[in-house]
Amino acid sequence: MNVVINGQDESIDVTTLAQLCKGLTDHPNFIATAVNGEFVTVGERATRQLHEGDKIEILSPRQGG
Amino acid sequence: MSKPSFSLYGTQLSSRLLLGSALYPSPRALQGAVKSSGTQIVTLSLRRESAQDSSASDFWGLIQTLDVNLLPNTAGCRTAKEAITTALMGRELFDTKWVKLEVIANDDTLQPDLFGLVEATKELSAQGFQVFPYTTEDLGAAEKLLGAGAEILMPWGSPIGTGRGLMNPYALKTMRNYFPKVPLIIDAGIGAPSHASSAMEMGYDAILLNTAIAKAGDPGRMGQAFKLAIEAGRLAYEALMIEERDMAQPSTPVAGTPFFDLETR
Repeated sequence: MNVVINGQDESIDVTTLAQLCKGLTDHPNFIATAVNGEFVTVGERATRQLHEGDKIEILSPRQGG
Repeated sequence: MSKPSFSLYGTQLSSRLLLGSALYPSPRALQGAVKSSGTQIVTLSLRRESAQDSSASDFWGLIQTLDVNLLPNTAGCRTAKEAITTALMGRELFDTKWVKLEVIANDDTLQPDLFGLVEATKELSAQGFQVFPYTTEDLGAAEKLLGAGAEILMPWGSPIGTGRGLMNPYALKTMRNYFPKVPLIIDAGIGAPSHASSAMEMGYDAILLNTAIAKAGDPGRMGQAFKLAIEAGRLAYEALMIEERDMAQPSTPVAGTPFFDLETR
């Protein structure tokens, strides 16, 4: 399935957001997620099914003013 | 020194400086500035995670050693919807109701989008957030922000990162006088400790800044300079400064002046 992750086109072979996060980061507790502009809580990731063309944001803490 | 009677959304604070965590030459410099400035609130952001980049976990580890209140921002958001989603993500990650709400209208000036700001403030307040809105000195927008649920206002001094100080002191004084009971924080544009001190002398409750300390030649010493300037400004405000006069007035008593009765010409 083709999706967009953090602005990059990607092809993935997982079906849930939790599976995607597990494969992308070693720090699942340091990230927050959104799909198609909607916040997805940590608790919802396991049941959040991904679909063709979804735009996924995976964010982590950074310096900020 | 100044009375520790400063409170933001019920959190008692002794420091009136809120400090940004970006642009420091090193993590150690950030640590040093936090310590020397005495700040108890540090702002931070959310950015895209990269599997190849360990800086997020390094930064998070550093932040947790600082023993400060965290104020996540929505920097870079250009719509209320983006800001709301970012705020929700920040609340989960940082476990705080606080959000430094930024909705940016213009890339050149980084001017707040006041319409989007009010919209996002209303929604986030309804969802239990305690909003710190980055706004201008516009009184109409300020009233709408308060009506939308904000209990604090953060007008800009001048555009973010410019270091130009208080661009419109007349309007900032008016805002202070118009909202005597609302905590007001100058956010953005502060370049020198004297700028911060001037704002505090006007009666502003606190200063939020980043670049002026982070990009200073010695962020640690500049942090201390801002700490002292903000405390001095606050003390001066509480001590009630004299009114300006147009004409000179001698400070030494005129009565008893010697040679008063001699011709001088």
